[in-house]
Amino acid sequence: MELTGLFFYLVSLLILGGIYALLCLALNIQWGMGGLFNAGIAGFYGVGAYSSAILTTAASSRHLGGYGLPVPLGLVGAAILAGLAGWAVAKICVRLKSDYLAMASIGIAEILRLVIVNEDWLTNGSLGVSRIPRPLGDLATGRMSDVVFLGFVWLVVLLVFVASSRLYDSPWGRSLRAIRDNETSAAAAGKNIEKFRIQTFVIGCAVMGIAGGLSAHYFRFLSPTATDPLLVTFLVWVMLMAGGSGNNKGAILGALAIWTLWSVTEIFTNRLPPEWATRSSFIRMLLVGLLLQVVLQRFRAGLIPEKSPPVRFKEEGPEPDR
Amino acid sequence: MIRLDKICVDFGGLRAVDHASFEIGAGRITGLIGPNGAGKTTAFNVIAGAVRPTSGRVILDGRDITRLKPHQRAAAGLARTFQIPHEFDRLSVLENLMAAASAPEGENVINVIFRRGRYAAEEREIYDTARDTIRLLELEHVIDEKAGNLSGGQKKLVELGRALMRKPKVVLLDEIGAGINRTLLGKLADKILMLNRERGLTFCLIEHDLDYVSKLCDHVLVMAQGTLLTEGTVEAVRNDERVIEAYFGGGKYEARL
Repeated sequence: MELTGLFFYLVSLLILGGIYALLCLALNIQWGMGGLFNAGIAGFYGVGAYSSAILTTAASSRHLGGYGLPVPLGLVGAAILAGLAGWAVAKICVRLKSDYLAMASIGIAEILRLVIVNEDWLTNGSLGVSRIPRPLGDLATGRMSDVVFLGFVWLVVLLVFVASSRLYDSPWGRSLRAIRDNETSAAAAGKNIEKFRIQTFVIGCAVMGIAGGLSAHYFRFLSPTATDPLLVTFLVWVMLMAGGSGNNKGAILGALAIWTLWSVTEIFTNRLPPEWATRSSFIRMLLVGLLLQVVLQRFRAGLIPEKSPPVRFKEEGPEPDR
Repeated sequence: MIRLDKICVDFGGLRAVDHASFEIGAGRITGLIGPNGAGKTTAFNVIAGAVRPTSGRVILDGRDITRLKPHQRAAAGLARTFQIPHEFDRLSVLENLMAAASAPEGENVINVIFRRGRYAAEEREIYDTARDTIRLLELEHVIDEKAGNLSGGQKKLVELGRALMRKPKVVLLDEIGAGINRTLLGKLADKILMLNRERGLTFCLIEHDLDYVSKLCDHVLVMAQGTLLTEGTVEAVRNDERVIEAYFGGGKYEARL
């Protein structure tokens, strides 16, 4: 019994780890490659979560819905709607320098969250959306469906990883990193900075939307607390910084490492005396901040630092002297 | 090739460039000299599009480019280097050069994710050009080094290399010689002359070292207090009283600090 408990603990750890890996990959595209300081991850995650939930649930009198689409289509919808939200934000904010973009994106994420809380007809407000289906729901029931879902999540992670590796190892990624490193000289070298930034922002936000959608399907229930910026935005930043900004493998590793750390501390805080346990969420909030500080001060490059993709062409003439 | 027509640039209350009109001739190496604060770099920024003039026009090959953005001017054949190196510090030297090239297929997101074959030939060509340019600039020993780790002089060479990658018509060099040792400076002069003679590249360079200017330039523009003071050959300009006054102070052309 103890072993099966551990097994399912691991399954849930890896499911959420996979969702965080997606968020980290998305942030890595925006920040690691593009240098765009998106501090509003929770907003786009929320848009994705609600989009997928509303598109896939059965009709309900409490909120918009009744489309009953299959889950993969819901996730596509999540990507499209979050991407559209990202496009609108990028159109307005992308010219801002990094720190101002951070402020603007925090603000926009809060606006999106307030919309979610207050627009009852759309989201059922703080009561939330329930009975959200899982993908491949007929394949397994009960706890085994978690295992199926784990496979589904990591399949999505794999697809996104392949796509972002392709983005990284390409002339597009190279130009994007050039813009990140020096905007002025990238413009002087003929790069349309605005176009690159908007594309980057939209792609990243779409992936964040997919991550949000997956979380809705995992918990089967969605309420505005799911878009808590502490758990979504700031924890993801810690993960990317720890894993290695600018490195896709680093992003996944960082997500898994920090999420494991985070979950394990929950086991300990739950064993604290009751009067402390109730405050544990605040202690952990402090921990996120502390962790971010330590990572930024001591391990700026992260576990797997950025590496230039190899250029595979063979030299035609004799190899020059090195 | 490039003509400035009554350009004015105001920074707040300061008029950095004041009704400057001059021309950079095609196929020549033109020097732009003048004391500090004369408006040389601002004039460069106006040509490259980094600074929008308060009034006046910039004409490239008969086409008014005053309203074009920097990247559009780069596409029109204009390349520049910066006074303070603006390298892509986390990219390798090879990537710095390759990133500067024009890559319409490879910069298409759809191609990059789904149709990677589409830009293979283009990328190969960019790679070959980058290798050739790196060989030309004798940077082969640092080809895989991150540009941020290079010395000041090497960064300047990377800047020049990047400018050349776009196969430009005109290259603007802003104090390319500053911070480079004598030997390298001599080599750099040879490269610039070679590029000018063999490829017909037009250069315009800002430089303080008049000996260096005389070695390279057949035509010199002298700016002082935001406007064109005089122009001519290096010898003629050197002996011009107003130029001497502008450089060594006294009179109305004393440098404003």
